[in-house]
Amino acid sequence: MAVVAAVPRVEAQAAPRNLGDQVLRLVLRAAALTLVLLVLAMVVSMVRASWPAMRAFGWRFLATSTWDPVAEQFGAIPFVYGTLLSSLLALLIAVPLGIGAAIYLAELAPAWIRPPIAFLVELVAAVPSVIYGLWGIFVLAPLLRVWVQPALGKTLGFLPLFQGPPYGVGMLAAGIILAIMVVPYITAVSREVLLAVPTSQREAALALGATRWETTRIAVLRYGRSGLVGAILLGLGRALGETMAVTMVIGNRPEVAVSLFAPGYTMASVVANEFAEATSDLYLAALIEIGLLLFVVTVIVNALARLLVWSVGGPVKAVRE
Amino acid sequence: MKTAWLTALALLATSAFAQPAAAQTLINGAGATFPYPIYSKWFDEYTKVDPEVRFNYQSIGSGGGIKQVTARTVDFGATDGPMSDEQLKAAPSELLHIPTVMGAVVATYNLPSSPKLKFTGDILADIFLGKITKWSDPKIASLNAGVSLPDQPIVVVHRSDGSGTTYIWVDYLSKISSEWDKKVGRGTSVNWPVGLGGKGNEGVSGQVKSQPGALGYVELAYAVKNNLPVASVKNAADKFVTPVIASTTAAAAGAARSMPDDFRVSLTNPAGDEAYPIASFTWLLVYRDQPNELKGRALAKFLWWMSHEGQKYADDLLYAPLPAPVVKQIEAKIKQITYQGKPLLAAR
Repeated sequence: MAVVAAVPRVEAQAAPRNLGDQVLRLVLRAAALTLVLLVLAMVVSMVRASWPAMRAFGWRFLATSTWDPVAEQFGAIPFVYGTLLSSLLALLIAVPLGIGAAIYLAELAPAWIRPPIAFLVELVAAVPSVIYGLWGIFVLAPLLRVWVQPALGKTLGFLPLFQGPPYGVGMLAAGIILAIMVVPYITAVSREVLLAVPTSQREAALALGATRWETTRIAVLRYGRSGLVGAILLGLGRALGETMAVTMVIGNRPEVAVSLFAPGYTMASVVANEFAEATSDLYLAALIEIGLLLFVVTVIVNALARLLVWSVGGPVKAVRE
Repeated sequence: MKTAWLTALALLATSAFAQPAAAQTLINGAGATFPYPIYSKWFDEYTKVDPEVRFNYQSIGSGGGIKQVTARTVDFGATDGPMSDEQLKAAPSELLHIPTVMGAVVATYNLPSSPKLKFTGDILADIFLGKITKWSDPKIASLNAGVSLPDQPIVVVHRSDGSGTTYIWVDYLSKISSEWDKKVGRGTSVNWPVGLGGKGNEGVSGQVKSQPGALGYVELAYAVKNNLPVASVKNAADKFVTPVIASTTAAAAGAARSMPDDFRVSLTNPAGDEAYPIASFTWLLVYRDQPNELKGRALAKFLWWMSHEGQKYADDLLYAPLPAPVVKQIEAKIKQITYQGKPLLAAR
């Protein structure tokens, strides 16, 4: 994705002369349009299916935090909060780790060690999420409960983030599981991005007397920045939408709690958990509205991330030229 | 020559594809996941009884089963909780509930050396309401004299996914505790006052196993297979009953006398000395007037077989078989299944 973006674009021809080009252009345009239509069709059908809930609750759906299927009172706040917080936590852990590993693999590691590590990273990306979830319940959660959470509580317990009884399962466990799942994506894509940076960039920086770190920072990371953002966004996308592994370790409690030790809930989890047995129409509509909300939140988060990058260093395009 | 070959091929092809389709009746069903193991066993065994009928069952959950049978996209549905009056009214014609087997829901816990515990419904309701928070609470201690209960918080674990298991559990709590009924109520998912949610029986038991002081609920079959400690519960006759297959069947026998004609009955907290109080039927949903004579007759025959010969497979798969008086009532119900007003099983 980003690797492609780094390649200078050939200006599109105004009018292709031969028939083959014309056919190609039509076929590819159809392919691109299909994607757009697919997204639109998803939005339309989700809006239609969630209409009963929208009519019943209106904006209250976004402003309340009670989720009571029996009384048919539905509010989305705890789920939006849980999705955002667990993904943020995951990125806080995964971004330094993933990009650091990618820099090592692309810039510093001895040549013989690169292929096996790169291979392992890609292998980890292919592990099904339910495996991570089971590992989370049986290994990670007890580890957190017995060692990590008491230690955090003792040292950083004055922060509201690290208060409350240590259950093991909860927001912290979800963030860590997501980080583990997202790291291989960030590492693998970032590594490809860094490898695509022309050697002349590095040589130029080295020739000016830059150290290894300065070369990496100025010539490599800056050059590949839009690609690295792409890698992080890919990881973020997976974190926002991950269902199975999160459900198994987050504690599934629709509550807004500041403490990372407390159980929480995410949008994807509640849909996966409750969809199959949702018998009343309003209940089903509320769940579909959660799905729509997840879609909207993902779009907003992605847009914000891109804006953030542009505002920090001007348009990405300027760096490339 | 060439045409002869082609004709032969065409004949072969049509005979190969057309024949099984003509001889076999495929009956589609969808619904509850809880009885799926025994349903797939039945559908498999039934091919020996009637090789001409094949069943295709998708265990998509009770909600999906009710939706699909109402939309007539399947020939029968399956559910762990009875349909509501509104849902029945929304169906295009009259739907029958046919009980198939029974399941029980048990309390399981994580305490040092797994003592045998006793609970009453009131205590379970208070724990799940968050009113009893410690194992050393005098209410629990007085019931369990001789068991050393730690001074530890009770970590409540419930199902996070919507499920018939949850429905049975909260249905019981609602009957016992008016406070539960008012504050929380009945449903396949509810707004839990306290506790952590685990996905599926394995999610709940996984969290119970890894949290000292945890208390959760799972299906009886799952607890037996995994050797989980289970609590005995006081029934309506003031007896403490251990959840086993026999005491689950006893729950239906206790309810048989007051069984409503449409079988839409909750079996929790029934009468009877031996009845375990947290048990329920699971049902198949079939149209009383079948739209297709061939399929309808096959389905009615299967229901008859399932409620008689089929029941012997229940024990092995840890479901409780139907008690004899209930089978008698089901017989009458199956005989009411018709095609264009004509009974399909009149001969019996």
